[in-house]
Amino acid sequence: MADIISLSEAVQRFVTDGDTVALEGFTHLIPTAAAHELIRQDKKDLTLVRMTPDLVYDLLIGAGCAKKLIFSWGGNPGVGSLHRLRDAVEKGWPQPLEIEEHSHAAMANAYVSGASGLPFAVLRGYQGSDLAKVNPRIKFIDCPFTGETLAAVPSVRPDVTVIHAQKADRKGNVLIQGILGVQKEAALAAKHCIVTVEEIVDDLQAPMNACVLPTWAIAAVCLVPGGAHPSYAHGYYERDNRFYQAWDPIARDRETFTAWIDEYIRGTADFAEYKAKVNGENK
Amino acid sequence: MTDFTTNEMMTVAAARRLGNGSVCFVGIGLPSKAANLARLTHAPEVVLIYESGPIGAKPSVLPLSIGDGELAETADTVVPTGEIFRYWLQGGRIDVGFLGAAQVDKYGNINTTVIGDYHQPKVRLPGAGGAPEIAGSAKKVLIILKQGHRTFVEKLAFITSVGHGEGGDHRKRLGLPGEGPVAIITDLCIMEPEEGSNEFIVTSLHPGVTREQVIENTGWQIRFAETVTTTEAPKFEELTALRDLEARTAAAHGQAGGDE
Repeated sequence: MADIISLSEAVQRFVTDGDTVALEGFTHLIPTAAAHELIRQDKKDLTLVRMTPDLVYDLLIGAGCAKKLIFSWGGNPGVGSLHRLRDAVEKGWPQPLEIEEHSHAAMANAYVSGASGLPFAVLRGYQGSDLAKVNPRIKFIDCPFTGETLAAVPSVRPDVTVIHAQKADRKGNVLIQGILGVQKEAALAAKHCIVTVEEIVDDLQAPMNACVLPTWAIAAVCLVPGGAHPSYAHGYYERDNRFYQAWDPIARDRETFTAWIDEYIRGTADFAEYKAKVNGENK
Repeated sequence: MTDFTTNEMMTVAAARRLGNGSVCFVGIGLPSKAANLARLTHAPEVVLIYESGPIGAKPSVLPLSIGDGELAETADTVVPTGEIFRYWLQGGRIDVGFLGAAQVDKYGNINTTVIGDYHQPKVRLPGAGGAPEIAGSAKKVLIILKQGHRTFVEKLAFITSVGHGEGGDHRKRLGLPGEGPVAIITDLCIMEPEEGSNEFIVTSLHPGVTREQVIENTGWQIRFAETVTTTEAPKFEELTALRDLEARTAAAHGQAGGDE
């Protein structure tokens, strides 16, 4: 059974320095609040896994929480570069960042095989791509039945996965709707899964075949309304495109970035306080 | 004829390559714009698949991200991303993969990873996304990008997604199921692979564009097909549909979608 606890307690309880952590959500339901909490608790040396690092990992990388990144597309969607990611890769600031780079197909397959309890994923991919030359964790194997050469990548099996979802019931069963990305697979591939939700309700009213994660498959459920901002939560709020644009100048410069996280993240007690501060200034 | 920009010509020329009823795996940015223009003009039955999960998306405005909510709301179904790549792409159900690029070479190989050395990059680009396997498994691939001698290069620093590899039958030797890129559509011209060598050569120049312009804006010694046609200028309906789509997008997002 999932414990229904605060996000701060969940991060304290389940995330240890040096862990492999996946914060998933494919442009939708990105668990930003959890990244803020990792920064507040000054988690270190994390191996971060995520198909699209997005702003959420730009934050963690710039704040010095990451030693390694496993990813497949690292841009600011619709805007341009992730400056903190680039600075870490190109200049080693605030610390060198080891990268393990894949394609989306390989990452998605690696989550599926992780959730399936398998050590690696197999796919028809990477043939002719230089990615296999720079990433030693991409291998080629021969099909034992047909002889076809296929790509193999290690499964993603995080110590902790964090996802954001629309709602949970009071037992901790979770309903996810809309673009699902690899959230279910990431949740089931992990030793511990933390789910932040928009609301906790008496009855999920989940349609048959809906994407429901049962409470016994999750470690913790945390109520964090708005926790996916600046991405969106289908049925609750839209993507804050202006924030994605505003992020560009903030993240472009080391001092501006550090001042921003000092004020808005390290300078607030939790996500509710952060939200109040940001909203107050936008009025 | 109406006045049009070179970018509009590029988008319209790319949209025309998408047949009605074809199943298209759409990259974000220019491909998404062209694919939706096709859907709003000559190809109302085109099936647009986005890697985030929507199958049969029919957005009224261009998405800013590959997983915008409207893609899900207007789709025939929304499936997990793993399923998109496993069942629908790798399963052989994609007719056309529609890709953008940071750089291409003369065999239609694509770089979206890095300029300079991989380990000491001059410029770090976003990376692969879905492109390597789209380029490998889609039955055909269309590439759309603006032409310049820095984007159309003799040799790529990094091959993220393979086109025709080293040319000739290299794709076949690599065991790739799809036919590979069949056209590169730019703001100046259309290039198609030469039979046999699979080197991209100019087969159509957009109206008003000279061979010299194309040569100046290509980093390799670009060749021209024996017969080079002139691309048909955008029709009134095409331009109207494109401009309306862009206006709706700007009104909805406060920014133009699809320009990267």
